[in-house]
Amino acid sequence: MAVYKRSYHGYAGGVTPEWSRFTIIPRYAYRDLFHSKIMTAFFVLCYVAPLVFLFLLYFAHNFARLAAMLGERSATFPIAINEHFFLAFLNIQGVLAFIITAFVGPGLISSDLANRALPLYLCRPFSRGEYVVGKMSVLLILLSLITWVPGLVLFGVQASLAGAQWLGANLWIAWALFAGAWIWILIVALLALALSAWIKWRIAAGALLLAVFFVAAGFGETVNAVLDVQWGKLINLMYLLVTVWRQLFRLHEASDISPASAWVMLLLICAGCLGLLYRKVRAIEVVK
Amino acid sequence: MNSVIELEGLAVDLGGRRILSDLRCTLSARTVGLLGPNGAGKSTLINALLGFHKPAAGTARIFGHDVRSGIRQIRNLTGYMPENDAFITRMSAVSYVQLMAELSGLPAKAALERAHEALFYVGLGEARYRQLGTYSLGMRQLAKLAQAIAHGPKLLILDEPTNGLDPPARQRMIRLIREMRDSGDLHIILCSHLLRDVEETCEEVLILKQGRIVHYANLEEERRANRKFIEMETVGANGTFTGDIETLGCACALAGNNRIKLVLSEGVEIRDLYRIAADRNVQIRRLNYRRDSLEDIFLKAMESELAGKGTVNGRV
Repeated sequence: MAVYKRSYHGYAGGVTPEWSRFTIIPRYAYRDLFHSKIMTAFFVLCYVAPLVFLFLLYFAHNFARLAAMLGERSATFPIAINEHFFLAFLNIQGVLAFIITAFVGPGLISSDLANRALPLYLCRPFSRGEYVVGKMSVLLILLSLITWVPGLVLFGVQASLAGAQWLGANLWIAWALFAGAWIWILIVALLALALSAWIKWRIAAGALLLAVFFVAAGFGETVNAVLDVQWGKLINLMYLLVTVWRQLFRLHEASDISPASAWVMLLLICAGCLGLLYRKVRAIEVVK
Repeated sequence: MNSVIELEGLAVDLGGRRILSDLRCTLSARTVGLLGPNGAGKSTLINALLGFHKPAAGTARIFGHDVRSGIRQIRNLTGYMPENDAFITRMSAVSYVQLMAELSGLPAKAALERAHEALFYVGLGEARYRQLGTYSLGMRQLAKLAQAIAHGPKLLILDEPTNGLDPPARQRMIRLIREMRDSGDLHIILCSHLLRDVEETCEEVLILKQGRIVHYANLEEERRANRKFIEMETVGANGTFTGDIETLGCACALAGNNRIKLVLSEGVEIRDLYRIAADRNVQIRRLNYRRDSLEDIFLKAMESELAGKGTVNGRV
């Protein structure tokens, strides 16, 4: 079909299924994101830790043979492959996921709002919900690729090396890894999107995201110290996450707040973010 | 003719204030102009038609689809060019139009083809790989038009399309609108406060004031009607002259000072009047069509006592 046409004519071809249209947004977003060499390099770097953990798994299962080759028959591998091992992996990848979110998230909605592009999206058969899901899936897919996906690959490798008995006894770790990663991804993605929608300036939205995590944590500690209480931890997002992760990974370590209160706070934060998105993501902003 | 837009007592509230009140009309022309002073509710009406504002009362239908229940179908059939600068950063024009076409449901390959076609059509073919941020205001207007037509809508809504354009760019935009109108593939709603733009492109106009319809006019009919009314200034005209004109079937009246007003009947041409005048030795010193321009219509509508009462509506 000729590209060079200078007369208007309608379109009579087929259309894509409506449910699939939200995937258009991440496709275009990745095209833009991976134009940045820094972003591409950082994304590749995010796979260094999974590779290191993969080597650790290999060494853990072949350490005796390697030691025998070196004449150390009594040596044992110093790292146990258990829930602590996978939680450590999740901690490292969680930090990397946060850095990617801080880089990608703040510009996702703010640039559309600043350039008044929302009417262009929403005048099409494309709802506000689909828009938010589309924007969110930019982060969900990206963060999944560096958290639970390599995590489950590691778990699969470990299961294949350790055998069915280990798999049967430790299947819950896979679930904890999957659920823990998703909770983290959802929280940071929702926060990033909500702040991006609230503050139309990308840099300010990024700064606020960092503030929510770090300044709020500092403020919470100050509250604890001044008032001699523990509930200041409830505004420390990292602490909330760690508390929930510990519960998921069945680590019964002492915590300043109960897992239940951590869950409630996380749910409240999610609800707040969704409320903010509902208010801000509109084709037309009505000034009262 | 099938109706394009039907308004049935449509009312819209924004910020606790009624912006549109009891709009009732049926529009079916290929191009409909929405006119009104600033704050009349033109853009609000467009936003309500696109489902951006929920009706507080009544409803509107586009191609038979109700804005309350069938907004997705309406958006499938509609292309929208917003009034304000609206674009997506760090994107070339072709990616931008392709993205918009894909969001309208076109598969990626077809969307890319249509994006190229639309950009060539609006005259941005050579600049289609440039970043939108580097475009001039006129080019951005054209890019907005391209995204609105890329998916081949049945109804194109243009909100102030000539805003900020220099005269050549404005002429180009008007020409494009006319071409699209004449293609017969789509209907156009043109919202503007520039009467000339509307007069040059539209067949029907809907004039809004303070959120109400104050006048509806079919410009084609008005133009046809205007061509029939004639005022003449003569020297030596008398009853015989007017009698001869009346024998042609024209209604005719002497208005004093040798001025004659007449309504041409079907098949009667101006040259017939000159022929009679020559036969009767009457000099025609001046001959004018009564010309109600859109400006006259608009001003009358603005001055109308009915303004604000919502009783003058379109074809109901």
